[in-house]
Amino acid sequence: MVRLVLRRLAWTGPLLFVVSVLCFLLISLVPGDPARTVLGPLAPPEQVEALHRQMGLDRPLTVQYLSWLVAAVHGDLGRSVSTGTSVGPLIASRLAPTLSLILLATLTVGVVGTALGVLSAVRGGPLGRLVDVASVVGLAVPGFWLALVLITWLAVRWRLFPATGYVPFGESPVGWLRSLALPVAATSLAAVTAVAKQTRDSMLDVLSRDFVRVMQANGLSVRSIVYRHALRTAAVPVVALLGVISASLLGATVLIENIFGLPGLGSGAALAAAQHDIPVLQGAVVCYTLIVVVIGLLADLAQAWLDPRVGAR
Amino acid sequence: MNRPAAVAVRVLRRPLVLLAVLWLLLVLACALHPELVTGRDPVDQDLPAALGGPSAAHPLGTDRLGQDLLSRLAYGAAGTLWGVLVAVLTATVVGVGLGLLAGYLGGVVDALVGRLADLLFSLPAIVILLVVVAVFPGDVTIAMLTFGLLLSSGLIRVVRAATRSTREELFIAAARLAGLSTPQILRRHVLPRLRGLVIVQASLVAAIALVMQASLAFLGFGPPPPEPSWGGMIDEARMVIVRHPWALVPPGLAVALTVLSFVLLGDAARDGATAAWATTKLARRRRRSGRRRTHPTVPAPRHPTGSAPAHPVEPAPAGGPGHADTLLSVRRLSVQLPGGPARGARTGTTVVSDVDLDVGPGEIVGLVGESGCGKTVTALSILGLPPGDGQLTGSCHFAGLDLVRADDRQWRTVRGRRIGYVAQDPMVSLDPTLRVGVQLAEAVRRHTGLGRRPARARVLTLLRDVGLPEPDTAARRYPHQLSGGMAQRVAIAFALAGDPELLIADEPTTALDVTRQAEILALLARTSRERRLAVLLVTHDLGVVAALCDRAVVMYAGQVVESCPVTELFARPRHPYTRGLLAADPHRASRAGRLPTITGTVPAPGQWPTGCRFAPRCPLATESCRHAPVPLDRLGPAHAVRCVRPDEDRVAA
Repeated sequence: MVRLVLRRLAWTGPLLFVVSVLCFLLISLVPGDPARTVLGPLAPPEQVEALHRQMGLDRPLTVQYLSWLVAAVHGDLGRSVSTGTSVGPLIASRLAPTLSLILLATLTVGVVGTALGVLSAVRGGPLGRLVDVASVVGLAVPGFWLALVLITWLAVRWRLFPATGYVPFGESPVGWLRSLALPVAATSLAAVTAVAKQTRDSMLDVLSRDFVRVMQANGLSVRSIVYRHALRTAAVPVVALLGVISASLLGATVLIENIFGLPGLGSGAALAAAQHDIPVLQGAVVCYTLIVVVIGLLADLAQAWLDPRVGAR
Repeated sequence: MNRPAAVAVRVLRRPLVLLAVLWLLLVLACALHPELVTGRDPVDQDLPAALGGPSAAHPLGTDRLGQDLLSRLAYGAAGTLWGVLVAVLTATVVGVGLGLLAGYLGGVVDALVGRLADLLFSLPAIVILLVVVAVFPGDVTIAMLTFGLLLSSGLIRVVRAATRSTREELFIAAARLAGLSTPQILRRHVLPRLRGLVIVQASLVAAIALVMQASLAFLGFGPPPPEPSWGGMIDEARMVIVRHPWALVPPGLAVALTVLSFVLLGDAARDGATAAWATTKLARRRRRSGRRRTHPTVPAPRHPTGSAPAHPVEPAPAGGPGHADTLLSVRRLSVQLPGGPARGARTGTTVVSDVDLDVGPGEIVGLVGESGCGKTVTALSILGLPPGDGQLTGSCHFAGLDLVRADDRQWRTVRGRRIGYVAQDPMVSLDPTLRVGVQLAEAVRRHTGLGRRPARARVLTLLRDVGLPEPDTAARRYPHQLSGGMAQRVAIAFALAGDPELLIADEPTTALDVTRQAEILALLARTSRERRLAVLLVTHDLGVVAALCDRAVVMYAGQVVESCPVTELFARPRHPYTRGLLAADPHRASRAGRLPTITGTVPAPGQWPTGCRFAPRCPLATESCRHAPVPLDRLGPAHAVRCVRPDEDRVAA
């Protein structure tokens, strides 16, 4: 178990390094002068030149990167080109909505998806077929499109939920939940169906294994066999999938936050991309990568807790 | 008929797949020649008709500028398909190439590629893409190229794993010996088998790429307006969402249908391309482990006859048929599995027919026969757990109950408490995720109602009883930390947790190595003696029968062919099949000369001859054997045989 965590963490450093280098290289490919981009086409050349030097763009690329890296290690991610604010606090201020969204969505996906999957495996019949079909349809319906449909009906027509905006948890937990209900629903649908399908397949596989028959033959209760023994074994690949999904939900937040007007990391990144605000984007990439790593670590730990063989590997 | 055409025909026969193909062809036609689909210009603004629903002039309605939605969809198809194509090509080329290299070469290359796949997988795709579109504004191609690269990690992994397993197979080794070069081997032997996998992955990549492309356009990183794109149309619909929600429908449906088509087509193409593989693989698996895999169902106790629960408890016939004091008395037990030998057959297949079997208290009875004779099905059916949705007929008297008609409540008093069960492979017969002690304690508590602490003490006693020297340590182990022999001891302890009177052991030593086999057999013998525990021992090993059993029941093709005390079985076997088994037993064969075998194989259920089922393989068979079914005749008080000529002399079998 400890080894598992250490291995994950050992992988984090190199991962962040490579990601930031890639980002930097990519940015260095930008045609034209970032200083010109910032100041606009009408600014006099001397001013552009001054900003160019001020931004450190006249130094060699490696030096630029290293100075960014040293600063980043010390928690300084640079300054936003468009607003001039420090990137670190900017990102920190946008973390809460994004993390809330991810957390609630993952919870929804895990609970609803697993429950549907187990029920459809145990009951079979129409519910099983429904899960099979829904898993394909879920993949086909884009989350951002679903979000618009939800807004049209649940927010605009029936006024059940606010269409946009974010209420911090500290301000009003109920308002927080209401403001996130539609975004969570829109992000979760496809993932719920995928998890339900995985749970169903995994449960059917485990229920056909020898140890289930042995337990049955030796008189253990059906409830215990299904929910204590089979589900625990079947949950291992489901948790792995949940980790992957939760990381991919992070990507979905970019669109969903944009649509629902949530002041999160995703809408921030989209805004920064539109404004060519490279330092903010770079900070967002680092932050996203960190979150992905943490999610992976949690998924690993959950799997090791469920199945001792995972931790022993 | 050439193969691709055959595959195509098979695939297209499914209506849903046909629809998917037609839809994709339509999208492709739009991409190549949109003017054929619609006569309108996508940027032509018909302002009076703005925000209109479907009409004759605008079949799919208009947007806020009065632009025709159908023509915008049609003209947007090209960009969409192009992006998808770029992503799919990138992901496939990179994924298959690197996957093949890593899987085939192994070593450092494999490690490097593996890390790369991990890296690609850990990158937050959409944010990377935001960086890309910020750097290269409006360039869809580079964005989708990047996305394809990020998505290739899945393909790398799948292809790598498949290549590794293929490489390890014998025929690749043979190809190498035959002097083929590495590229030749990859092309001729590895790639064809990867086709199905790659198709499925590529179709998934296509689906995801399409959604991503629409997402980027939706965020405003697509082609600049007024140029149409599907994602951009959704964005335009968003602006008028309150006044004109209809505008959401056409682009949303277009995206959803295209994604669905990709997925359906991928699945179908895989099924078609790998049909040959899949059938052989399935068939192989079914043959090997068909009894438990044929139909995975919930372990809800089954009512074999359907009307079971209402049935009154039938008292066992006085003294039980056959023996004076019988513990278990099986009469005319037949098992029918749903589905015939041919797929789609209405009638079921009989896999066990009219089995008679008695086990006395404390008696060890061997159930003997080759694989596929119905021994295991018989054993599981006694426990009311036939494989699949097997239907039982006949009777099975045990402890005053007819088990064939027992209901859930009655089974609760029987399984584990009065009959214990030990399976063949101990390594898979314990829950892999829980400590041994926890599992045993659950069984003990369920059967005895003991509290936590006393149950724990009982578990330790059980573990000591089955010969584990350090029960404390063993109880804290997980199943995967046990050796095969230890695991089988634990499995036996599990079966003994409810202190049953009968133990059904299905080839309990087959999966163990030879020294462990002897120990487990000794344990069974000792346990039986000490607890006066009856054992029904399923085995194909006559050595085991000789060493352990009091009586033997020989099965062939779903029937009992001979049943007698063990001493008699070895001294005077009456059925030619029994004689054949004895002659073929390596323990008894003489050193000189070849080991005699019974020619031929056991016929599969559903293909049993009408007369004597052994006749086709029997050296003594005559015409009379083949006419009518042969009854099981009593030759003496304890000996029964199913042969028309039981007194025929032993002819070289």
